[in-house]
Amino acid sequence: MTLATREARWGAAGRMIVDGVTLQAAPGRVLGLIGPNGSGKSSLLRLLCRLRNVASGVVTLDGQDIAGVPRRRLARRLAFVEQQATTDIQLCVCDVVRLGRTPHRTALASWNGQDEAAVNQALERVGLADRHDQPWHTLSGGERQRVHIARALAQEPSELILDEPTNHLDIRHQLAILGLVRRLGITCIMALHDLNLAAMFCDEIALLHEGRLQAAGPPDTVLTPNAIQRIFGVSVAIGSGASGRRHIEYLVETEPGSGGAGID
Amino acid sequence: MSHAVHEPNWPARIVIALAALIALILAVALAVTIGEMRIPLRTALEALANGLFALDFPVGAIEQGVIFDYRLSRALMAGLCGGALALSGAILQALLRNPLAEPYVLGISAGASTGAVAVLILGVGIGGATLTVSAGAFIGSCAALAVVAMLAAGAGGASDRVILAGVATSQIFNAATATIVTTLASAEQARGVMFWLLGNFGGVRWPDLWIAAPVAVLGFAICMLHAKVLDAFAFGVDAAASLGVAVTRVKVVLFATTAVMTAVMVSIVGTVGFVGLIIPHAARFLVGSGHARLLPACLVVGAIFMILADILSRVLIPQQILPIGVVTALFGAPVFAIILHRARLPA
Repeated sequence: MTLATREARWGAAGRMIVDGVTLQAAPGRVLGLIGPNGSGKSSLLRLLCRLRNVASGVVTLDGQDIAGVPRRRLARRLAFVEQQATTDIQLCVCDVVRLGRTPHRTALASWNGQDEAAVNQALERVGLADRHDQPWHTLSGGERQRVHIARALAQEPSELILDEPTNHLDIRHQLAILGLVRRLGITCIMALHDLNLAAMFCDEIALLHEGRLQAAGPPDTVLTPNAIQRIFGVSVAIGSGASGRRHIEYLVETEPGSGGAGID
Repeated sequence: MSHAVHEPNWPARIVIALAALIALILAVALAVTIGEMRIPLRTALEALANGLFALDFPVGAIEQGVIFDYRLSRALMAGLCGGALALSGAILQALLRNPLAEPYVLGISAGASTGAVAVLILGVGIGGATLTVSAGAFIGSCAALAVVAMLAAGAGGASDRVILAGVATSQIFNAATATIVTTLASAEQARGVMFWLLGNFGGVRWPDLWIAAPVAVLGFAICMLHAKVLDAFAFGVDAAASLGVAVTRVKVVLFATTAVMTAVMVSIVGTVGFVGLIIPHAARFLVGSGHARLLPACLVVGAIFMILADILSRVLIPQQILPIGVVTALFGAPVFAIILHRARLPA
């Protein structure tokens, strides 16, 4: 058992943004949240780690309602990587990763060997061990995202929640980040925009639209031409690419009158 | 290796703590020996010994009074005030994620002075009992904090809006203070209040320290207990919450702590700007941005800065005392400019 929601609802300014979602993550697997802008992906992720409280319904961790779990204890289980979180404060890579130890340390505890080991191991896992002392402001977007993942790993979580971790990254870094997430071996729930990348890197996909769960399951069964047409309003053809993997092709005219396959 | 940086390095820590203590003592010693009335160092030391250890060196009553009751209490008060305001600035900058946040800029000092003036001139009280000036200042500072929070939330809650909200709050409370002073105070009261509003250590006596010292010490202890938590605010409120920080509780506790520290200092010495703003930046420049080191550094650097500023306010113009707020701004602004330029702080 891991994270699950039952009939989770949450709204703001009189509008339901997450509207009765029942969803379950599988332990050790990668669950992708897919949906158009404003479909409630980010909000659902925030409900999962209790950055927002459900208005009704329940979010459970190992079957226990997380509403009653102290925040510190929750943070030792769940780690959250935001989109593009940055800071004006002058920090170096190790300072940021050390923040991941916050839920493990009491107010008066001094930094110990276990903390140091967790930080170094986390940096090792994201491939930034040699950047230990580099200033945060000199990092590229992809490196910053990897540092955030290292910070999350330093929390030693059993569940990792990521909100569009590949946003604004070039394709090489997108693949690197998703490959990294894939190899972590812990339960990951992440919001993604790119349907092909989602199909490549997620074990399961949950499709959201207007705050409601439309479908959930393996990519093959969820990402069908029908569902994509209905929810994104885009026609697609699904074939197999050069690697033999399923490939979603967007059927749109790239230039007016170019005569390519169009939306009919 | 920087791996060693975070491991407790006791000998280095003790050396730094001792150096800070010696610097503080030197600043106080300087403050006690410099002044209008020339008093030989030996006499000054004897007067201090008499006052502190109940000894009986032959020191004239006037010299004894000037050194012990006037200059020493004043220097210690300046130190407490500078330390507490710098600490408040560091806390507000961390919680609001804005490098310009501090009690003066956010209008908390203005609110405190409105509360203090209301008590001084109107004799505002609760249930027949007149409030003390400190209590009035505290109520005023909390009111200002509430107004800032409301205005900032109404403007969307982004961290840059907080400063605009602070500007508006300062205006509101300064207007309230001016209204009370101009319509209800006698000419003499008005003059006294205006002088006090600009910051003035002249009226400080020992009983003031019995309020200020516990507040500063307790405030510092509360802030230090939250040092790690404050680090976790670096990437914002959601990031802090996901790291296990009880954001709402921490904010309430720390905002209240800064409000109390600011209120008590304002009620004793008036409003002093710039210290809460520049000292945290200067301290970051010295010890980095980790709060476990930054907060003590703010306390010490703020205290030394304010003691030196007070000395300057007394000797800069012979026969006259400048308001302390004027001195801190006069010297603080250029120092701030230099820090900004050198460290290229992302503002």
